[in-house]
Amino acid sequence: MHSFDLTLDRLTKLEGSASLEIRVKDNKVEHVHFKITEFKRFFTKALEGKPIIALPQLLSRICGTCSNAHIMASIEACERALGITPSAQTMRLRTLTMYGLNIRDHALHLYLFALPDMFGKDAFLDFDENDPIQHQLLHDAFEIKAAGNFLSILVAGRSVHAMYPTIGGFIHFPDAAGIEEVIKKLEAIRPAVLRLIKTFEDAQFHFERETVFVALVPKDRFGFINGIIRTSEGDAIPEEKFGEHLEHVVLPYSQGSAYKLEGKAFMVGALSRLNLAKDLLHPHTKESIGKTLDLFPSIDVYRNNLAQAIEILHSIDDGLDILRNEKIVSEPIIKGQNRDAEGVGVVEAPRGTLYHKVQLASNGIVTKGEVVVPTGQNQINIEEDIARLVEDIIEDVPKEKMGYEIEKLIRAYDPCMSCAAHFLKIKWV
Amino acid sequence: MADEPNKKIRIGWFSFSCCEDNVILFTELLNDHWQEWKKLFDFRHVRVLKTNNILDELDIAFIEGAIASEGHEAKLREIREKSKKLVAVGACAVIGMPAAQRNYFTEEQKQEIEFLTARFAALPKVLKVSDVVKVDAEVGGCPMDPNVFLKAVTGLVQEFQQVTK
Repeated sequence: MHSFDLTLDRLTKLEGSASLEIRVKDNKVEHVHFKITEFKRFFTKALEGKPIIALPQLLSRICGTCSNAHIMASIEACERALGITPSAQTMRLRTLTMYGLNIRDHALHLYLFALPDMFGKDAFLDFDENDPIQHQLLHDAFEIKAAGNFLSILVAGRSVHAMYPTIGGFIHFPDAAGIEEVIKKLEAIRPAVLRLIKTFEDAQFHFERETVFVALVPKDRFGFINGIIRTSEGDAIPEEKFGEHLEHVVLPYSQGSAYKLEGKAFMVGALSRLNLAKDLLHPHTKESIGKTLDLFPSIDVYRNNLAQAIEILHSIDDGLDILRNEKIVSEPIIKGQNRDAEGVGVVEAPRGTLYHKVQLASNGIVTKGEVVVPTGQNQINIEEDIARLVEDIIEDVPKEKMGYEIEKLIRAYDPCMSCAAHFLKIKWV
Repeated sequence: MADEPNKKIRIGWFSFSCCEDNVILFTELLNDHWQEWKKLFDFRHVRVLKTNNILDELDIAFIEGAIASEGHEAKLREIREKSKKLVAVGACAVIGMPAAQRNYFTEEQKQEIEFLTARFAALPKVLKVSDVVKVDAEVGGCPMDPNVFLKAVTGLVQEFQQVTK
């Protein structure tokens, strides 16, 4: 029988800073503490007293990598508070913004964070250029990332803290030459994305455990902005009610907030989206990867990687449809009405469901706000998975190698600590 | 870089209190520069890229983020001691903001967050990098301007290459 404490001081190849502490007694895990060690920057306190127009750009600074998702969620919340209905073109440009984000962000995670584990390498840049497969992956990675980055810059101004999207519309529109160029870039990376999907379909890492999967599911086409929150237990929750179903769990050892849904741990992210909405993927995506989609729904956390790769392909295919077929013209910003009102915005960030809530006063000043990020929602599920993993492997894997196995599993979630650390529980009266 | 002309320039990237937008842009700059930088740099301590990181002797340390705890301060001093050049990258490192926004809270707001700053032993005020150590170059912006970053990197690389000629 084994009894020990295991501490991982700072986890690597993920966004932000986290550590882990595990106590095992007689082969049983007594506790797993997944600690988010980023220092709080108190955004939900800092937003008090700010004019609503400033909110999306302020909240973008919660997280570098997911910044454009925070902008989209915040704009949606602010528009609902102000009574604004965005134009159809604005929604298309926001869809393209989210596609640019998902292409570059998923590619960063899959190639630079996840692939080194599969090839027994410390870093992606250690891949051998003289090995044909590794050479191809190196070149594919940076071409896919660059195309996603280019799409983000063209449509939203920047891939990080985008300047063009604002409450009521966009302040700048892509030109014909840029659209032509991005179409070529997206077409060019498609074969590389198919190789990526095959790589993760064939991956030999697996970890299965039943849990509840949750995602914002659109009505018609798979996407990241609109829909209703659905669970693998068959529940459907409107965006504005989502906060009422989340139970805040205080973990005194972590700078992050954790959540349960209806009293249960749950998982958000690409795996949940594929589990709940694979039928809504773009027809070209479905046609190209055929039987791969039969792997979903899946309770294998490592299939989150495959799900992300599939989402890159969908983002390309649906993005190309919009870019080829929809004319983009200059449009004025739609103005709203300052009033005493609340607004909720929910989007699917690359790592899962992202919830923003804002309370506006009639003078246009924000009085309160709340943000619930994907990693906070996944936190308890991650801890429960780690506990199960440790008990599964305790007889076969020596303690010094256990840390690596745990870190690999955490990486499959693609957690983001920058996002997770910065909130206070708000009392809404 | 030491005295051997063929030795790679040892770099480190360290993130303190911030949204880590600059390291994301750094990974986007890799899209165009990875082949050149792989030859030029020894990525000695870059947690976003690798698991086995070593903090010994660095040529250039890139610091993003503001300093929020005594632990941060001690770590930054250690990095400074072990690095020939130290570059502050992004607004939080260069001017402290927005990571330091709690410094400007009202007394009432400060009281509301006090239990959390106390629980995690945060500093009374969040500091910019130059409040703690000497900074050799600054690349401001939120996020950093990639072209200014590239210019700073090129300048430092030339400096190291001249030393070894």
